[in-house]
Amino acid sequence: MSEHSDSDATRRDFLYIATGAAGAAAVGGIVWPLVSQMGPNAQEIAAGVPIEVNIGDIEEGRVITVTWRRKKYFIRHLTAAEVDAAKTKEQGDFRDFVTAADRITGPEGGEAVWSVYGANCTHLGCIPTEVKENGDTWRCACHGSRFDVIGRVTKGPAPVNLPQPPMVFASEDTLIIGTDKVGA
Amino acid sequence: MSGHSTYNPTSGFGKWMDARLPIARLMHDSFVSYPVPRNLNAFYTFGGILMIMLISQIITGVVIAMHFTPNETMAFESVHLLRRDVSFGGTLQSWHAVGASMFFVAVYIHIFRGLYYGSYKAPREILWILGVVIFLLMMATAFMGYVLPWGQMSLWGAQVITNFFTAIPVVGQTVQEYLLGGYGVGNATLNRFFSLHYLLPFMIAGIVILHVWALHVTGQTNPTGVEVKSKQDVIPFTPYATVKDALALVVFMIIMCYFVFYMPDYLGHADNYIPANADVTPAHIVPEWYFLPFYAILRAIDFNIGIPFTEIVLIDSKLGGVLAMFGSIAILFLVPWLDTSSVRSANYRPTYKVFFWLFVVNSIFLGYLGSRPAEGIWLPLMKGSTFLYFAHFILVMPLLGFFEKPLPRPASITDAVLGKNGKETTSDPVAAE
Amino acid sequence: MKSIFIKIAAVATLACTFAVGSVSAADYPKNKPRQQSWSFAGPLGKFDKGQLQRGLQVYTEVCSACHSLSLLSYRNLADLGYSDDQIKNYAAEYEVEDGPNDDGEMFERPARPADRFKGPYANDKEAAAANNGALPPDFSLLAKARAPERGFPTFIFDIFTMYAENGPDYIYSLLTGYKDAPDDKEVGEGLHYNPYFIAGDALAMAAPLSDELVEYTDGSPMTVDQYSKDVSAFMAWAADPQLEERKQRGFIVILFLLVFAGLLYFTKKKVWSDLSH
Repeated sequence: MSEHSDSDATRRDFLYIATGAAGAAAVGGIVWPLVSQMGPNAQEIAAGVPIEVNIGDIEEGRVITVTWRRKKYFIRHLTAAEVDAAKTKEQGDFRDFVTAADRITGPEGGEAVWSVYGANCTHLGCIPTEVKENGDTWRCACHGSRFDVIGRVTKGPAPVNLPQPPMVFASEDTLIIGTDKVGA
Repeated sequence: MSGHSTYNPTSGFGKWMDARLPIARLMHDSFVSYPVPRNLNAFYTFGGILMIMLISQIITGVVIAMHFTPNETMAFESVHLLRRDVSFGGTLQSWHAVGASMFFVAVYIHIFRGLYYGSYKAPREILWILGVVIFLLMMATAFMGYVLPWGQMSLWGAQVITNFFTAIPVVGQTVQEYLLGGYGVGNATLNRFFSLHYLLPFMIAGIVILHVWALHVTGQTNPTGVEVKSKQDVIPFTPYATVKDALALVVFMIIMCYFVFYMPDYLGHADNYIPANADVTPAHIVPEWYFLPFYAILRAIDFNIGIPFTEIVLIDSKLGGVLAMFGSIAILFLVPWLDTSSVRSANYRPTYKVFFWLFVVNSIFLGYLGSRPAEGIWLPLMKGSTFLYFAHFILVMPLLGFFEKPLPRPASITDAVLGKNGKETTSDPVAAE
Repeated sequence: MKSIFIKIAAVATLACTFAVGSVSAADYPKNKPRQQSWSFAGPLGKFDKGQLQRGLQVYTEVCSACHSLSLLSYRNLADLGYSDDQIKNYAAEYEVEDGPNDDGEMFERPARPADRFKGPYANDKEAAAANNGALPPDFSLLAKARAPERGFPTFIFDIFTMYAENGPDYIYSLLTGYKDAPDDKEVGEGLHYNPYFIAGDALAMAAPLSDELVEYTDGSPMTVDQYSKDVSAFMAWAADPQLEERKQRGFIVILFLLVFAGLLYFTKKKVWSDLSH
């Protein structure tokens, strides 16, 4: 051990470093599959294709709940009064203000009287219930967040509005949730 | 042997921690400065390999349990959807299944190494007994794990193995029903086997800790069988044993990966790709390969044992088979006292060495017989082979100690390494060890 | 040290001789499967996509009348080289039950890629009843579930030759193996003699294939032999769709481990070299 030349020492260091690096790579190679398997499996992904919803039967002022990728979405057929009320509200009423036009939609050539948004509160995911008080439409029973008729947050701990899914009207009566391109 | 700790924390945190929970000291003393004999050969690396195999089985097991459904209508499908749909699912499932086989490969080498080098002799009896307990728990765990995929071999294996217990006089039937949780193998069986299959590995891990503790109290044996006498005889665990164990582990993993990635079905049975069906028994029920020697012993007993010249049956053939099979493992507990020789390593026991290798070959042959039907030429061979198995423990081990003339052994491990064999004669073998 | 590794290799080989779990002592099949050369054999084996597509065609047009493929979904056909649209169209030809709808009723709808392959029968009992009591086995794992005994010492050589195509060889041999029973053999009512059958002299399924039965469009010969080979390859894929991924992964892993073992070997030598010896 005493009489090692420099080149010997260098060769030894290189060997040790290479072996250590290979060991680290091995650990990485073990951890990767263990983490990777946690993700949604192929069936879960394949089943998460866009869904078609028949909205022809939903009367004005009514709301239905649909499921896409294990999350709930409200599809609301707004009355003319609700559209007007949503449009007249001002920035100061909201913490995550967007104009009503951004959240009201309709089929091409049809009336813009539909509002579609996630049914899970943006605070911690509970489903709000319909209350209709003080100008709010939704109240989350879990922690008291409130939303207006088109899903904009007005009070409570929810930081942002209820999110709108990707969607497209395939026809007057058919809404597709999960994609914004027809035919996909 | 154990001496005082050489752990010396340098950082402030190290000292603070050491005064409160000296876990770093424990690790250092157990896996860094721990002295090992300098002459250990490759067969001594299997303890470390087994430790890694246990960890590997627990980790892959926990992971595939995330995708498994312990229900008689869904278990089979859930295993195969895990293989098909989950990212790395096929690899993880094969790793766990092949891993069970490789675990047994390693444990058998480990046990035979212990038998060859006399690792069970005083003062290591408890170390050995703990090892046999681990072996028994491994067998129980492997058996219950094999039931979980709920294929044909799973169901019928559970049927056959739990029927062992019906051999118990009077209460046998009830015992079996309590094991199964029903009148036959069914959903309750699958559910409880899953529960226990998840539990037992952690019990194994607990006993492994005791096993390693006992090892570190007595110190390791070595191929000479001569105990460590001076500092020259030993080297620190790290880096010497660490790097050697790592090399052996990687070589072992290459063999394992060959099976996992290229021949994942070789060590299993094709019938387990057929969903469990309680209406049809597969043509040939065989356990996994690692149980085959014991399966041969079970089936070798096809006769009642009674009082000669009377009709009185003391032990019927079924109970006899079950007793012989459990006895073949239970006898391992007695090995430290059955072996009467004062010489530890078979290297210096010329006659025992021959019997040892005969025993190895006979055990492998028993495994082959385990896969054969219990009829024709195979039945007498099973009986003969079973007799030889027990004879090794009951006749050879006790008697050889009296008749064998051992070879001269080296005075110390260092002498053996430096090639000074036989300097000391064995007039007083007990003192020499 | 070298001799120790030789010893280990010897012990490992001996240990592998234990591995007779996969072989059982059977009188059947009378004839051993005829071994074929498969594109998916060997350390870097890959499926022949054209062959799998032909195999799917044979399955769809012939086998699927009686045999289900329950563990596969239509989306899995992407492995065979089909586009999303082709898979959608293939799936849409089948009606699957869904529901209940808002009125509480089950309804039929065209299958989607995420649906499982629709089988020919509602359940096993119906399948058996429709086939004189003989249940046509599901195809999903059949190529793994049929493994005729290899015998000693072949099963040991199999480790080194990496022989893992017992299943497809068996299926191919069975499909091409129908013949007239020899005079000294009594074949039961409704059974068909086949010396390659794993569980007896004869089986309930009549020879399912004949020349020109399925119209190939890629110019492959339209013979029983070719059909059998294609559908066997298809079943090998169905039983093990991850095969290519698995073998490629194994190649990289083992290559890495060999390098790692080499590095460790020299490291070990270096570390141990300072011991007086």
